Amino acid sequence: MLVKIGIPRALLYYHYFPLWECFWGHLGLEVITSPPTDKSVLDRGVIAAAPETCLPVKVYYGHVLALAKAVDYLFVPRIISAQKGTYICPKFMGLPNMIKHSGYDLPPLISPTLDTNRGKKSWQRAHIQAAQGLGYNKKKALTAWRYANYRLRLYREKLQQKRTPLEFLNHDHSLPRSFTSPTILLLGHPYNLFDEFTNMNLIRQLYQYGYQIITPEMLSPVIIEREATQLPKHLFWSLGRTILGTAFHCLKNSPVVGVIHLTSFGCGPDSLVGELLERRVNKLSNLPFLLLTLDEHTGEGGLITRLEAFLDMIEWRRSS
Amino acid sequence: MKITFPHMGYLNIPLRSFFNNLGQEVIEPPAINQHTINLGTRYAPEFACLPLKINIGNFIQAAELGANTIVMAGGIGPCRFGYYAQVQREILADLGINMDMIVLEPPQGGWKLLLRGLRRLTGKVSLLAIFEAGAIAWAKLKALDQLAQRVYSIRAQEISRGSTNRIWKQILTHIDGANDLKAVQKAADCGYALLQGIKTQPHKEMLKVGLVGEIYTVLEPAVNLGLEEVLGSMGVEVVRSIYLSEWVITNLVLHTFYLRDDREHYQLAAPYLDHFVGGHGIESISNTVKYARAGMDGVIHVAPLTCMPEIVAKTILPGVSLGENIPVLTLMLDEHSAEAGILTRLEAFCELLWQRKRMPKVRRQQNKTEMELSRGKLSVAGISGH
Repeated sequence: MLVKIGIPRALLYYHYFPLWECFWGHLGLEVITSPPTDKSVLDRGVIAAAPETCLPVKVYYGHVLALAKAVDYLFVPRIISAQKGTYICPKFMGLPNMIKHSGYDLPPLISPTLDTNRGKKSWQRAHIQAAQGLGYNKKKALTAWRYANYRLRLYREKLQQKRTPLEFLNHDHSLPRSFTSPTILLLGHPYNLFDEFTNMNLIRQLYQYGYQIITPEMLSPVIIEREATQLPKHLFWSLGRTILGTAFHCLKNSPVVGVIHLTSFGCGPDSLVGELLERRVNKLSNLPFLLLTLDEHTGEGGLITRLEAFLDMIEWRRSS
Repeated sequence: MKITFPHMGYLNIPLRSFFNNLGQEVIEPPAINQHTINLGTRYAPEFACLPLKINIGNFIQAAELGANTIVMAGGIGPCRFGYYAQVQREILADLGINMDMIVLEPPQGGWKLLLRGLRRLTGKVSLLAIFEAGAIAWAKLKALDQLAQRVYSIRAQEISRGSTNRIWKQILTHIDGANDLKAVQKAADCGYALLQGIKTQPHKEMLKVGLVGEIYTVLEPAVNLGLEEVLGSMGVEVVRSIYLSEWVITNLVLHTFYLRDDREHYQLAAPYLDHFVGGHGIESISNTVKYARAGMDGVIHVAPLTCMPEIVAKTILPGVSLGENIPVLTLMLDEHSAEAGILTRLEAFCELLWQRKRMPKVRRQQNKTEMELSRGKLSVAGISGH
């Protein structure tokens, strides 16, 4: 029987799943992902996590618990940084410890420390060490890593062709897309943008209302980085850099009709990045700006009302 | 140039002395009050942590008094503090308050930035004068930290309530008024003598509680609702984990010369948290372990609401509490924290500590085993009914 490794469908799953799936799959493990977020996943997460934690981390707990019975190992990486001189968020840095001390009966965690600040090859080294820890030899792990890295590159190239992770990760090709409709700039962390349960199908709704979207994943990191360096001080959260870099680029270069910032209640980096974003959008343009804050109590009615009011405002401005 | 800076505990005393001795005019914001907090919450981002909001309140109130230059510290992440100054600058500018902001970045962010900031502050004063001003400010900070340590144990034993607080206020004025190193030493000696004079019950049974958490909430009484005083008046001796003078030595001096030694913290915290998480996250864990092993009665963990490193610590602390057999109370503070609510929780916590202290050791150990067993029962299937 194959050894089963579980990858929770939450947090940076939306950025790195192809990498992890290919890496562990190539080594001969059976990769199991948790089902898409639903009411029971969310509820279990909310019970398990500390109340002060932000929604995405609570959702992560839910996914971990959904996998716990079905797998031999849980893959909970400690992601410190994906770009030199930056961090993701302190909660990502303590995540394996938080999960381990949640008091639940969990399978052993596999938690490589992924930290680009410790050198370019740190991710590679950490993955290979994790594989060695499970008894695979170094050479095989290295081959697996190379395949996986290639898969990740392909995935990112596909995303840059104005596609969303929903199509590749959920195999959902039912999104009513059109490349000619007006564009809304949709900013936020990937786990807020692409978790269709917690954001109540925001992307699908925007498509249905006849808009197309740009998300940070659709731009080349080189462009984003170039724009983000214009900030008065080096911003040390990579997801925040991505949000601001994307905003600066799109406000200058593409015909966007409105900006939506999707964040979660109690998100630390976003509390400051969002503030800068809102002020910059107001200074650089006169576009309508919508801030949507998600938490476990968000009701769909409230969200739709705000979204419709926002879209009405866009239509009104476009026609006058 | 009329300099102002944000409040944090008694940091204003050494800072004001430093700038005054360099020949700069200092306009301090009024002591943090409800109006400060109101101003801060009105203009700062909604989900920003409390220190940022209170800083904004401080700056606006200082601007009303005529200050035109803000001195602020920087940072390199991942804690939000490192980006405070940039956000605050934009908020103030959009409010039409045009103050100059001098941000002192830590040396880890590059020596050039730090020196440039310092040089802008000091103007054309000689290096010797800067050194002398620094030495006096340092002496004041150190004396205050050492006196504060004494105050905690005396306050818990005092016979007439409030006598220690009165003396502490006198000490602050004495140290503040001292103009040179000798005078600081004299003021400190005088402080010790005054503390010695307080009537105490020497053999009173006391609780000993550690105070860990995020630096601003630990140090600023206006934010933690005078936690130390309240506990002291309940007959609890507080052991504070963070002293600013120690913080300056490890973070600014030792770190710069690659002599910083955090091995003790990392070793103590390792079974629970084995990676740096920014801010004082790992110290909160390691100090709790340290206090438990030193046989203290309990630990109080304070942090501003939404503080990222301390949320990590808070999530892990129940495990530490169980593993090291020490009760831990976490207080997440924000602009809505009310004195009565905190007081009730502190009283209940102290009540629990007293009961536990009077319990025979064997029983305490049994309690621990029972709790561990009940915790193990929290299986994944246990809540699948939801």
